[in-house]
Amino acid sequence: MPHAQLELNRPTGDEVKTTTCYMCACRCGIRVHLKHGQVRYIDGNPAHPINRGVICAKGASGMMQHYSPARLSKPLLRVGERGERKFREIEWDETLALATKWLSDIRARNPDELAFFTGRDQSQALTGWWAQQFGTINYAAHGGFCSVNMAAAGMYTFGGSFWEFGEPDWDRTKYLMLWGVAEDHDSNPIKLGLGKLKARGAKIVAINPVRTGYASIADEWVPVNPGTDGLLAGALIHELLLGDRVDFEYLVRYSNAHHLVIRAPGAADDGLIARDADGKPLCAVRSASNRHSGAAQSAEPGIHDADHGKPDSGSLLRNVRNDEQKSSDFALTDATQPDIAPLIAGEYTLPDGRKAVPAFQLVAERFLADDYAPDHVAETCGVDAATIRRLAAELAHVAFDAAIELPIAWTDTHGRHHDSMRGRPVSMHAMRGIAAHANGFHTCRTIHLLQILLGAIDTPGSYRYHPPYPKPAPPGNKPAKSRRPDGSLTGNPLGYPQSPDDLLVDAEGKPRRIDHAFSWEFPLAAHGLLQAVIRNAVDANPTHIDTLFLFMANMGWNSAMDTTATRKLLCAKDAGGRYKIPHIIYADAYDSETVAFADLVLPDTTYLERYDCISLLDRPISGCDHAADAIRQPVVAPDRDVRPFQDVLLDLGARLKLPNMADPDGQPVYKSYADYMVRHERAPGVGMLSGWRGADGTQAGKGAPNPDQLQRYIEHGCFFETKVPEAGAYYRMANRDYLAWAQAMGFVANTEPVTLQLYCEVLQRFRLAAQGHGAVQPPEAERARVERYFDPVPLWYSEIELPAPLAGRAARSAERAAPVGGDPRENPPHLPSGHLPPQAGEGNDSYPLSAITQRPMFMYHAWGSQNRWLRQIAARNVLYVHPHTLAAHKLASGDWAWLTSPRGRLRVEVRAHAATAPGTVWTWNAIGKRRGAWKLGARAPEFVDGFLLNHLIGERARDARYGNGDPVTGQAAWFDLKVRLEHDPEPRVPGHRFEPVDA
Amino acid sequence: MTSLPAPAKKKLGLVIDLDICVGCHACAVACKAWNDGGDFGPLADDDPYGAEPHGVWFNRVHSYEVQPPAPGPRLDLLHLEDTAAPAPQMVHFPRSCLHCETPDCVTVCPTGASYKRAEDGIVLVDQDKCIGCQLCAWACPYGAREIALPHPKTTTSDTDRKDAKRGTMQKCTLCVDRIYNETLDARDRQPACVLACPTHARMFGDLGDPDSDVSKVVAERGGFALMPEFGYQPVNRYLPPRPRRDGSSTAATPPAPATETLDANQLPPLLRWLDKALSR
Repeated sequence: MPHAQLELNRPTGDEVKTTTCYMCACRCGIRVHLKHGQVRYIDGNPAHPINRGVICAKGASGMMQHYSPARLSKPLLRVGERGERKFREIEWDETLALATKWLSDIRARNPDELAFFTGRDQSQALTGWWAQQFGTINYAAHGGFCSVNMAAAGMYTFGGSFWEFGEPDWDRTKYLMLWGVAEDHDSNPIKLGLGKLKARGAKIVAINPVRTGYASIADEWVPVNPGTDGLLAGALIHELLLGDRVDFEYLVRYSNAHHLVIRAPGAADDGLIARDADGKPLCAVRSASNRHSGAAQSAEPGIHDADHGKPDSGSLLRNVRNDEQKSSDFALTDATQPDIAPLIAGEYTLPDGRKAVPAFQLVAERFLADDYAPDHVAETCGVDAATIRRLAAELAHVAFDAAIELPIAWTDTHGRHHDSMRGRPVSMHAMRGIAAHANGFHTCRTIHLLQILLGAIDTPGSYRYHPPYPKPAPPGNKPAKSRRPDGSLTGNPLGYPQSPDDLLVDAEGKPRRIDHAFSWEFPLAAHGLLQAVIRNAVDANPTHIDTLFLFMANMGWNSAMDTTATRKLLCAKDAGGRYKIPHIIYADAYDSETVAFADLVLPDTTYLERYDCISLLDRPISGCDHAADAIRQPVVAPDRDVRPFQDVLLDLGARLKLPNMADPDGQPVYKSYADYMVRHERAPGVGMLSGWRGADGTQAGKGAPNPDQLQRYIEHGCFFETKVPEAGAYYRMANRDYLAWAQAMGFVANTEPVTLQLYCEVLQRFRLAAQGHGAVQPPEAERARVERYFDPVPLWYSEIELPAPLAGRAARSAERAAPVGGDPRENPPHLPSGHLPPQAGEGNDSYPLSAITQRPMFMYHAWGSQNRWLRQIAARNVLYVHPHTLAAHKLASGDWAWLTSPRGRLRVEVRAHAATAPGTVWTWNAIGKRRGAWKLGARAPEFVDGFLLNHLIGERARDARYGNGDPVTGQAAWFDLKVRLEHDPEPRVPGHRFEPVDA
Repeated sequence: MTSLPAPAKKKLGLVIDLDICVGCHACAVACKAWNDGGDFGPLADDDPYGAEPHGVWFNRVHSYEVQPPAPGPRLDLLHLEDTAAPAPQMVHFPRSCLHCETPDCVTVCPTGASYKRAEDGIVLVDQDKCIGCQLCAWACPYGAREIALPHPKTTTSDTDRKDAKRGTMQKCTLCVDRIYNETLDARDRQPACVLACPTHARMFGDLGDPDSDVSKVVAERGGFALMPEFGYQPVNRYLPPRPRRDGSSTAATPPAPATETLDANQLPPLLRWLDKALSR
């Protein structure tokens, strides 16, 4: 452009369309600027509640994902062997007919022979419902690999969770602790929030073995050893308890701290909450006759009611205090009543003469023990005791000495009016570094206990819920176990078990699901266990799987542990030469590593070419002060023979004549996903979208379907938000103003308070079963494990995936093992498909380093490497190592070295990084790619030099009967990887390779 | 060879807060996206899906590991290992044209292609006049100028974008085609990098006006010019990282609890709590 005529007012495009980003899981609002029918550029939607106009590197590069050469363009039918990438393009009619044939055979025979697993799916409200209609219990998304420890620990503790289920009160918090937060979770909301905190001068503490990204702008970096966060959090609790720096009033009002726990070892109800005849939990209060002068007089009415209203259960009882010589009169009463003066320590006698103690005392006894003393944990955590004490003092100082009070009037669930809201401006956020360990569930629960003890859940300045949360802790939905006459499941396949009765086990206590979720192996596997599907399907354990139906789950690469073995399992054949998993259907928009293993490939559209639904029935995009949902709309038409996966799923459902998808005449009930988004009702008036409901579009939350609903969304930037009433801003677990609104919106069934579970009675029910009580008990071999890990009070344990006798052999076999690459048949399987032999022989000393990964902020999972802009930022990864660790291994930055685990060894380039804990090495995850995938060139750095750490992660736990995961939830423990680093005698030859252990 | 205009009163530029930049590359990619399809694009890529993917960027982010000096008197080198050095820090540093007041990149230009606008100080390259001699890039000590060479190393994987302009110098325009553009909402008349930044670490404004928001924040935070010793008088400013309040700083130690002071050794906590008077 000749600058004499520099045109400064040229329109930036022909048209602007809003939609929702799909470049990661944040689901920001975007504006897609179109010119000549092409995407000109994408920027953030300033009105959108998630990102307020900002956009990250991924989002801004979305057009290059949309125009990626790796897009699939036509349905594919495999013609070669699995893994060869030999396909024939076929028409959709043939594709759908074939899929319908396979699936209808299954449904007629046994619906559970379909394993339907989705990956980074953002339409689980649809896919879960579809699985329910099909009738298979074998459905899940990728949470078992990603974050179910966070979700389960949160839901069972406070009816919410970290990640998108809540967030720090960015405008008021004065102190933020980031626990194990990698750069990728989450994206813009946390960046916007951190910007606010820095502007206000709030202190940020990053607890993480690695300092990058968010941790780099933190005031303080605490380089904790991987997997010891729970111990560190426990030590903080220890210090707070020692100093009485606990919000006792908050505890008795909002948690079960004062609920009495039965102490009757050997009894069937040992460790359960003592309850009255109405099932109300009991607590001890001082009796009216012997009240200490300091006790609240207001305690009387509650006791009185219990005394006279329910003589059988609430009568005054004599209490024996075990720790003092004197005895006094105490009363037991309904612990949920208002205005009582509950006791939180001491031992009390129940009406039947047995003893009980307040839950708080059990928690205190656990964390006051020397096990959690700063001096005791310092070495294990890698954090000195003085620092732990100082951090505890800082937390307490901010929570109690810098408390805030907001002049917001509200009404609690007992109908009591309050003029203001007290806030403990300490907040926490946690993610992968907590979740991906075998102790992640209890670690996350420990962090939640720390929050609760500080009075820092949903108070001004603390961590806050996003609507539709809080829900009861745990939420009431349980995994469906049985089928209706029409073949559909009685409910969603996923949910929150509350007792052994809710497990999916057979009469012998063996798993019913293919991933062993909700079995005695992994009872609280709320998200299912994606990572277990392939091995178990190959082993037909517990049942034969006919068709593995995967959507966006890159199981052939970075969504698997022990990737090399997993890829071989996908190709495993029986003695007759038939694939052990007879059919694999894979749906994706891109030519990922997993496409190579599919028999039938369903090409999806890009996110700019389809309708989608970001539903409140799914993972919410709400903020603290509003409930929100959103849609995607097609902003450009596909130029390939591809179809939106959601449309295909509904089409398949109709062809299969599934309940609610085909009418009695066999005609499709929904003509498209867009149609489903508008017309489908989960309950009367409750649909996928909460905005503009009702025939006239004036209702929010609940209301009849509105045929113009999508048009309304499009007119409003493709999102809908409803403000939470101001009186419902905080204390939502017990805030009538909030709960009444939430009930009207259809989020909660009633306005009952959500009791924070300092003591998790659900866990004790499983433990009791393990101890021989109840109708549903674990098999003998499982009892000890369940008893140990189903502790109702959080505990820390060091349980690492590991160690094997094979390391020495790894080195020897390396010489004859072929490098990974090329046709999988060139590499005969080194591993049996059955269980690995018990691993013994070498101890932790052989693998002294922890190896972890994180995604860089500019890439998300596997998808980024096909993006021509993003791969210019990083097209390969290296192994980051502390300089002292490098020196100890006689390595220099830039050298090539062998990284060895019991599964094999990877040749990697090492790079010095002082902001890494000396005992930890790390790399960017999923930048290393498989040759042949993602339409990358033959010498792309992603597979020449880049590497995938997953190859080194064992799929089995130390006890090889179990998958490598958390014993409570089954969450894949891929951060428990232990390795050793060795100098490569031939360091001058660049390029990575993986040499698996020869079994 | 090309003259600079008389010093302008208006000095448009960026202020970048190194205290809150998390190194996410949002600014760099948003810049590339906006400019690639715009009047100053395309920003050509070489070998985008191949072995050596690289291309033209007007803005890049570099991450540095920084070891802050140990507080107190300097110990002798032999005992350096024993000093309690503060934790290493990561500093993320976005780099783009600084729109200098007296830039050599303009004056070395043999054709007048490289020029500084009199009205707002923005340094631009007139693509129609640029002969691709790269003298300006040699003159710029900040590495702010980039060129897509006429013959890319690999072309096979770039077939979809054969029309990519090549062989002329390209650089940050401060989104001159956005900031005055009346077809955009007033809120959007800012550089793409500023609008994108998720932590709001980037600000845009008139650094020639002491009363502008950007000038005020520079004064308040001690904003600095990059390598002023070269004498080119950069307009852009960087805000330094604030002191980190970690354990090495006495300011971080909280005062003793304002309420009660306990002697935990005298009374075990559980006994203390026996008589705790609470109300629900």
